[in-house]
Amino acid sequence: MSNPTNLHYTKEHEWVAIEGDVATIGITAYAAEKLGDVVFVDLPKVGSSTTYMKICGEIESTKSVGELYAPLDGEVIETNSAVVDAPETVNADPFGTGWLIKVRFTSLPQLLTAAEYDALTGEG
Amino acid sequence: MPVRYTSDLAEHEAVRTNAGVFDISHMAEIFVSGPQAATFLDYALVIQSSAIAIGKAKYALICNAQGHIIDDLIVYRLAEDQFLVIANAGNREPVVSALKERAVFQGFVGVEDRSDDFALLAIQGPNAVALLQKITDKDLSTLSYYSIDEGTVDGVASYLCRTGYTGEDGFEVLIPADKAVQVFNALIELGIQPCGLAARDTLRLEAGMPLYGHELNLNINPYQAGLGRVVKLERDEDFVGKSALAELAKQEVSPVLVGLVGTGKRAARAEYPILSGENQIGEVTSGALSPTLGYPVAMGYVAKEFAQIGDEVEVDIRGTRLAMTVVKLPFYKRSK
Repeated sequence: MSNPTNLHYTKEHEWVAIEGDVATIGITAYAAEKLGDVVFVDLPKVGSSTTYMKICGEIESTKSVGELYAPLDGEVIETNSAVVDAPETVNADPFGTGWLIKVRFTSLPQLLTAAEYDALTGEG
Repeated sequence: MPVRYTSDLAEHEAVRTNAGVFDISHMAEIFVSGPQAATFLDYALVIQSSAIAIGKAKYALICNAQGHIIDDLIVYRLAEDQFLVIANAGNREPVVSALKERAVFQGFVGVEDRSDDFALLAIQGPNAVALLQKITDKDLSTLSYYSIDEGTVDGVASYLCRTGYTGEDGFEVLIPADKAVQVFNALIELGIQPCGLAARDTLRLEAGMPLYGHELNLNINPYQAGLGRVVKLERDEDFVGKSALAELAKQEVSPVLVGLVGTGKRAARAEYPILSGENQIGEVTSGALSPTLGYPVAMGYVAKEFAQIGDEVEVDIRGTRLAMTVVKLPFYKRSK
């Protein structure tokens, strides 16, 4: 799966969609594929704060545990309960209905472009 | 063998509900032959191989002089004077060396590592036997659990072994290495799901089967691992590890292997500490969110006083405590 060009990325395989001062965050198709079948997601609480490149959640597959790194500083304003109830959504639609959290950010750090992320994962 | 072909869960489910095939060619095949083969194996392993009927198989352990486990094996009797020993891939060298060393004083016995000559395919699942039947000349209904016979699969001369490592019915098929791709593809064409290492691991875990390197290692004796029944101390002849094992059998061994179940969706994984209050009382050796059962299951070693069925413990999952209960193994048993 190619990485959508309208999104931003981190080297820890999160994607970020920016809309105003709200960032929607998920993990990339590449990360979901590497993890295998996702069976459990542990997301930060609404109202908690996130710090750039600090772990704020976990994504567990049958074989391993992946960490969710916050791509920016801010406050969690929404978590995707559909993914908590049906973790396989992360594999099925990582860039869409498999989103994980929405964060109202206070500053926007330098994130990777799709082309840069493609280069990092050897795709594109 | 890859970790997965498509999806761990889909592969796991295929084996529980239909049929899957695993390429386990990495496992070691050691042929033990000669007029003294049975006597030799009686000395080299903890089981009584001489009591295995021709065409039958037995689960076995090879221990060192201290009674600790070098590997777990399956021993198949091919003929009066010929046995096939299947060992774990990672233990090929130690098992072959131990057997060869132990053969020195036995005379008239050949120990031949033929792992590179053979491919081994495991076909497992409730429909595995019926599907495999379509491409073999052998009437599979004549082979009961833990039996072996020769036959052809997709026209290829094979050994058909009714054994496995998934908790389901099925066969392990030993074929010449150069025919592996042909037979593997023929099995897939029957609708059998190719399965990887991840599914193999969750399947054997649900079935409560130990994995060397996790539940078994050189610091573990059979009594700790719940495998005391495999050791035949009552037989007259000596075998490697017998005196040490006889001592261990008399003692209260600790820690011991237990099965653990919890609630929720979070897995207690290998190497996570097992706690009682603030004290660490053991460690998880294998664990997953059981795909079949839907709750976390684990195996681990705990101190004897916490190892009774129904005992409550906790597992430290990266800082979060998961309450788990000691249960009888296996977690999953197929309906017959």
